[in-house]
Amino acid sequence: MNRQVSATLSGQLRLQLKGITKQYPGCLANDQVDLEIAAGEIHALLGENGAGKSTLMKMIYGVTKPDAGEIIWQGSRVEIKDPSMARKMGIGMVFQHFSLFETLTVTENIALALGDEAGDLQLLAKKISTVSKQYGMELNPDRHIHSLSVGERQRVEIVRCLVQDIKLLILDEPTSVLTPQEVETLFVTLRQLATDGCSILFISHKLKEVQALCHNATILRGGKVTGDCVPAEAGATKMAQLMVGVDTPISSNYPKATGTEVFLAVQDLTNSSEDPFGTSLKKVNFSVRRGEILGIAGVAGNGQEELLAALSGEHLLDSSDPVKFAGLGVGLLDPRKRRELGLGFVPEERLGRGAVPEMSLVENTLLTGFLQGLLNFGFINQPKTEQFSQRIIDDYKVKTPNNRTAAQSLSGGNLQKFIIGREILQNPQLLVAAHPTWGVDIGAATAIHKALIELRDKGAAILVVSEDIDELFLISDRLCAICDGEISPAKATLETSIEEVGRWMTGVFEPTESAVSEQLDAALNTRSIN
Amino acid sequence: MFLKLEPRGEASRAMSYLSPLLAGLLTLLSGGIFFVFLGHDPIDALRIFLVAPVEDLYGFAELCVKAAPIMLCAIGLAVAFKAQVWNIGAEGQLLIGGLAASAVALQLLEVESFWALPLVLLSGMLGGGLWGLLAAWLRNRFNANEILTTIMFNYIALYLLLYFVHGSFKDPDGYGFPASAIFADSSLLPILIEDTRMHIGILFALLAVVIIWVMLSRSFIGFQIKVLGLDSNAAKLAGFKHKRLVAVVMIISGALAGLAGAGEGAGPLEQLVPSISPGYGYAAIIVAFLGRLHPVGIFFASLLMALIYLGGELAQIELNLPLAVTSLFQGMLLFYLLACDVFINFKVKFNRPQISATLENS
Amino acid sequence: MDIDLITNVLYAMVRTGTPLLIVALGELVCERSGVLNLGQEGMMLMGAVVGFIVTLTTGSLLLGFILAIVAGMLMSMLFAAIALGLNANQVATGLALTIFGTGLSAFIGAAYVGTPITGLEPIAIPYLSEIPLIGKMLFAQDLVVYLSFGLFGLVFWFFKSSRLGLTVKAVGENPHAANSLGLPVMRTRYLAVAFGGGMAGLAGGYLSLAYTPLWAENMTAGRGWIALALVVFATWRADRIIFGAYLFGLASILNLVVQGLGYPVSPNLLAMMPYAATVLVLVMISSNVMKSKMYTPMWLGKPFHPHT
Repeated sequence: MNRQVSATLSGQLRLQLKGITKQYPGCLANDQVDLEIAAGEIHALLGENGAGKSTLMKMIYGVTKPDAGEIIWQGSRVEIKDPSMARKMGIGMVFQHFSLFETLTVTENIALALGDEAGDLQLLAKKISTVSKQYGMELNPDRHIHSLSVGERQRVEIVRCLVQDIKLLILDEPTSVLTPQEVETLFVTLRQLATDGCSILFISHKLKEVQALCHNATILRGGKVTGDCVPAEAGATKMAQLMVGVDTPISSNYPKATGTEVFLAVQDLTNSSEDPFGTSLKKVNFSVRRGEILGIAGVAGNGQEELLAALSGEHLLDSSDPVKFAGLGVGLLDPRKRRELGLGFVPEERLGRGAVPEMSLVENTLLTGFLQGLLNFGFINQPKTEQFSQRIIDDYKVKTPNNRTAAQSLSGGNLQKFIIGREILQNPQLLVAAHPTWGVDIGAATAIHKALIELRDKGAAILVVSEDIDELFLISDRLCAICDGEISPAKATLETSIEEVGRWMTGVFEPTESAVSEQLDAALNTRSIN
Repeated sequence: MFLKLEPRGEASRAMSYLSPLLAGLLTLLSGGIFFVFLGHDPIDALRIFLVAPVEDLYGFAELCVKAAPIMLCAIGLAVAFKAQVWNIGAEGQLLIGGLAASAVALQLLEVESFWALPLVLLSGMLGGGLWGLLAAWLRNRFNANEILTTIMFNYIALYLLLYFVHGSFKDPDGYGFPASAIFADSSLLPILIEDTRMHIGILFALLAVVIIWVMLSRSFIGFQIKVLGLDSNAAKLAGFKHKRLVAVVMIISGALAGLAGAGEGAGPLEQLVPSISPGYGYAAIIVAFLGRLHPVGIFFASLLMALIYLGGELAQIELNLPLAVTSLFQGMLLFYLLACDVFINFKVKFNRPQISATLENS
Repeated sequence: MDIDLITNVLYAMVRTGTPLLIVALGELVCERSGVLNLGQEGMMLMGAVVGFIVTLTTGSLLLGFILAIVAGMLMSMLFAAIALGLNANQVATGLALTIFGTGLSAFIGAAYVGTPITGLEPIAIPYLSEIPLIGKMLFAQDLVVYLSFGLFGLVFWFFKSSRLGLTVKAVGENPHAANSLGLPVMRTRYLAVAFGGGMAGLAGGYLSLAYTPLWAENMTAGRGWIALALVVFATWRADRIIFGAYLFGLASILNLVVQGLGYPVSPNLLAMMPYAATVLVLVMISSNVMKSKMYTPMWLGKPFHPHT
């Protein structure tokens, strides 16, 4: 096999996996996986959601143990008992869902991971400052985690690995929480690390990034290795097919639409967060027309949750005007009344908000579908509810044994199809979808995208909030971004670029029109008083 | 060798039915061992505890007398627990129910009307319901943890009861005993089986069980209560009124406990006394869990709990054991139940020292 | 009001607040590790009855206190085995512990009700105890009260600057993250629960061996529950627990004060005071939703299983 490794360090294998197998109840997560990483190599582990990437890394980091197979570290066979042993060997890991403690400081967080080696906290704090500067990721060691942005939190995770003598750094989907600009900075850091001799295992499902950064790639599908390649040389199509299989259609293009009259109008929405660690909304302005999809990009934690709660009615506003459905102020209406006015809502959390995990699909149909004539004088009309649930399952090809199955035993993609189907079959005039395809396989993602486009073409207004900028470019007709509770002006998708939206995501945009006019008013007022 | 818990993919239905039975068996077994330690013949002691109390019609009647308040409290608690509202205050709600019912009954000492009894029972329900609503209000309005407030309300209710029994409710002709006058016949619950104390309270309890069953399984409000308990975020997104549901479940469970209290005063006791409840409200918590928060389960669990009460009383007489043996058995039963419940969601595996296959290959 | 009365009220306040302080400190550590143990009442009662019987039969107060602590710890391990080992619902398991402890203590203590013993005597520290007003309160107490001052300092330091304290906080905030970093989540929780149990046992022993040297069924009278409310009141911070404990101590001796001042109020109504005060304080503290969200250990009461 054709391997390309930094010339100076070639030949010296740092990590070798042979025949790693891991069985979870009801799922073979890893099946005879082989992998090799040399010193100073940036190696990609590529695969779509559910391919077994996370499981494999957890075994390298000692969080779980393989059922069979061997791990060879710098030439000798090892059994990695737990993360602290992995750390002592020089393996560091940056989790996708950060393992940080919000109420503790940066130094305390890092000290916890280091255990006894942490030593004096003040010395450690100094070391954190030095290391973070050295790799271009400045950090204040005394700040509490909850006051940091997502990008900064990731730095804490990385610096936590770097303060030790590190030989292998594992990063799990590190770019999914970053703006395009931050991604560039991260890549610079990673290349610098590799040049210093550190091996990097970069887990991703994004081909472009892997091609830009990695020397070699191993591709996983359904827990098995489907191929190794040099990303810079292999074509994107070939890699994509290894990832998703030959028969899955990889990409499609949807025609863009312009929409008709405005259905959802958000005007000067200002709202303080209910969460002590949340982000408040500051004068948010945007509108969604019937027959168009508006996409809102942004890094998690910039006010998306607060915006969505204000739209769904979970968080009631102080007045009715900031949110209007077809000209009618709904700010004081509860979720049920908003549904009666034509709102459909797909939340980010599928289990534990979009669907009750322990309840059957029939019961989960009733959860938001109760307005569709499923009740008789306060009692449940069981046959009608079952019919409706069956219609969702049939129309949206939800793979499930039957409609009595508990929501929690469906796969992420199937459950999401069910939830989207449930909302769409209620004929919403406005559908709000949060991160509609995170964590689902490509087949389900395509089905979901098609369903959204179809609904748009029927004349519904659709708002999609997502962290996946590629997805937004694929399906949105217009785009804007949210940063620190403020929203950028929206532009037609065809007239903007990833770079521009990336800038918006970091807060670089002109204030929206009404905010400008208000500032002007204010300025004029002061002048006239003076 | 180590025990290791492995999550099952999906909760085991069979185990959720078997677990209470297993817990009962283990309690029985531990009880037997416990009696051996105390120097009694275990079989004989268990017979006295569990069989002797219900050997005759009188025993059966007494079982129903004890089961009625327990069942009423437990079915109410089940509604609250389904919504994940931890009402530990059935005891206090029962006491206030008894107090309120007595307040009315003592006004009706000279009245002979069909309406006397319904009035007495309704005021008991009203008292208990409002006492429960108070905790709901504190939770809704001030975010105060209902576990702690309802427990505190139990103590407050007890001292309120004592205040009145020692004060204005005390029978002037009662030789100074802290007890009210005996209620008028028209305020008392009719007896079902002659020459026993078995009154129609047990029918109220059965009716409550059926109504709650229908409510939880067929009505939309029952569905909302279940969703609130399983997944409050989903309930919020669906637009169910969280606070209103909390208030509803607290009123329901408080009113049923209040009815139990009224039934004690207007039933076997025929007056208000300080010891109106031997901890029925606490026992009902165990019953609710033991019955899997399901009406049918609660029906059987209530009978078992009533039997433990009777057995404790009999053991005190025949075996000279302290009455505390009742709550000892109750606690044990709940412990075993919680322990057995682990099998619903987990498989237990024994970790044998394993010789890795890869080692031999290499 | 004369100065003697105030001096005595302050003295009684600390004395009455001491068992609350001890239990609440134990429960604080337990809850910061993410475990809600509602079994305080049961553990205290077991500590009280075991301490009492041991001292009565051996004549040694020291042995009584030690075994009271051991009894509390054993009870807490019963809780831990079911709630942590078997992943059961912590609320239900804690309730079971209280019911079981109430029954078991009443059962084994039945023969000892009303038997008098000589309890722990106060030791007045020369000179210091003669400071007006606060001298008696701080320096004429018994050894356990002095010990409770030390325990308070220990817990305060533990969370402020010890490595283990940091681990306890981390485990209580996010056990999954802690686990993936290789912190010993379960071991930390077992230790925290055991500490809580030991403290509850000590507090129970204090009641039956020093505060009112006798055994009576259910003699804790809800102090374990009040201590749980105290932790909420203190927003999970040690420095506010000591303040709260003495505040509740004061509420509990209100009847003495009122009687001392000669007002005729029903003793039953006065006995309600500590419980009513608890509700009041809970309401006041919890009504600031933001604040209570911020301070509550995020994983409090939720089961954690490393393999899920």
